[in-house]
Amino acid sequence: MKASTTESLDIEAIRSDFPILQREVNETPLVYLDNAATSQTPEPVVETIAGYYRHTNSNVERGIHQLSQEASIAYEEAHDRVAEFIGATGGREEVIFTKNTTESINIVAAAWGLEALGPDDEIVTTQMEHHSSLVTFQQLAERTGATIKFVEIDDDGYLDMDHARECITDDTKLVSVVHASNTLGTINPVAEISEIAHNHGALVLVDGAQSAPHQPIDVEAIDADFFAFSGHKMCGPTGIGVLYGKRELLESMQPYLYGGGMVRKVTYEETTFEELPWKFEAGTPVIAQGIALAKACDYLDAIGMERIEAHGQELTAYAHDRLSSFDDIEIYGPPADDRAGLVSFNVDGVHAHDLSSIVNDHGVAIRAGDHCTQPLHDTLGIAASARASFYLYNTREEVDVLIEAIDDARQLFA
Amino acid sequence: MGLGSDMYRQQILDHYKNPRNYGELEDPTFSHTGENPTCGDTIQMDVVLADDDETIERVAFSGDGCAISQASASLLTEMLTGMTLEDLDELDRDDVIEMLGVDISPMRVKCAVLAEKVAQDGAKIHTGEIEIDSTKTE
Repeated sequence: MKASTTESLDIEAIRSDFPILQREVNETPLVYLDNAATSQTPEPVVETIAGYYRHTNSNVERGIHQLSQEASIAYEEAHDRVAEFIGATGGREEVIFTKNTTESINIVAAAWGLEALGPDDEIVTTQMEHHSSLVTFQQLAERTGATIKFVEIDDDGYLDMDHARECITDDTKLVSVVHASNTLGTINPVAEISEIAHNHGALVLVDGAQSAPHQPIDVEAIDADFFAFSGHKMCGPTGIGVLYGKRELLESMQPYLYGGGMVRKVTYEETTFEELPWKFEAGTPVIAQGIALAKACDYLDAIGMERIEAHGQELTAYAHDRLSSFDDIEIYGPPADDRAGLVSFNVDGVHAHDLSSIVNDHGVAIRAGDHCTQPLHDTLGIAASARASFYLYNTREEVDVLIEAIDDARQLFA
Repeated sequence: MGLGSDMYRQQILDHYKNPRNYGELEDPTFSHTGENPTCGDTIQMDVVLADDDETIERVAFSGDGCAISQASASLLTEMLTGMTLEDLDELDRDDVIEMLGVDISPMRVKCAVLAEKVAQDGAKIHTGEIEIDSTKTE
């Protein structure tokens, strides 16, 4: 864990960028603690979207006219900006704009996996994967005859790295691992896993949906072959995700969708495809969303990803400490000082959905359910859990409101 | 601020904490199970019919899950006793919400209606109208 030697965030100034945080829910101030599901959107990003539609809106790569040129340049440069944000020195050619993390992962499965995998091959993933990758690779295994193996977790919610070394063999063609677990809050040693995988000649996909919003990302330091994440969890709009891929890999892959925008020369007989990344962006792409995501990167970088990470860790540790002071609360995952910005828990005798309904009366938005990790919940022996997840605009006072709201539920069900 | 949600009035909490007709019946005329996968709620309804094979004589439920699903099942066992299968079939979402006596938020309706759906499907399997293994509300 990084020491929080950095100057702390000016939360008041940050909160003023998010007007939604001023609204009320059930006549009390909104306490938004569902950031792992989606983050709120700051004014500069909202203004970028509105500004695009007010001033620039046009289709890209087709028109000669001024608006199309402006939109095309902004859209192309957005790829460079996102590449910079995740440390991809290859620039735009290594950054494909998609719909979301799920689509990014599906592109790898369809465009690479269906070609590369056969019955003798293995996919290694983990027990803590989100359905976005788990279901996708389960289907890929079924279609190609490949075997899928799951690296187990230990009692503290860490990956069993000895088991990882056992699972990853020369038959492994792909290792898919979540960077930060959306349920346990575990931050996985992805660089170490990447090294193990590469020693066996396997590719590595890192699901960065919960890490890219919260900590500095360097895909080259991780040595990830693919890195997938979503815009809407990092102050960007919905409808945009990113697939980073190493250039030579993306070049070797066939397109995932066909149509306009991804072609160079088309005859009735055949088609030659565009260069990267456009080869993977068929049809009118996510123009406004892409430009807005670049603005979200600007916004986060101006505050500083290290400071955002430190704030998240500090707040999560505080929430963890407060929640764990109650005997009737069970918390899942690693200890307070070593986790991503979320805490999943259950209150004895109160179903997570009842808890979520009751704290909603206090204006508190938390998640309840299986968080798209049903197999992990089975492993934990629970049907559902409640989850509070934090971001740069959350405060200790908001954690205190959550604790009070939980106490209300506890009294109600006592 | 008041204690708790409007959704969690005394009746709901009472039936959740002290469920009526909880358990399994020894020789049910029919027994059926169902789940609400989003919440992980499970319900089994056991029904004994009178000699007319039409009137519900006894009902019991068992299961696990949120307060809304479990209280709804408990309340339903009381309501169904003495009803006919035809009466049961005519029940709908609004009847369940009226029985609960509280406003159910849209996201929680599937919790509320689980027991009703399980009982209805169980009856239809008994009369040969449908063939399913398990009921799901989503």
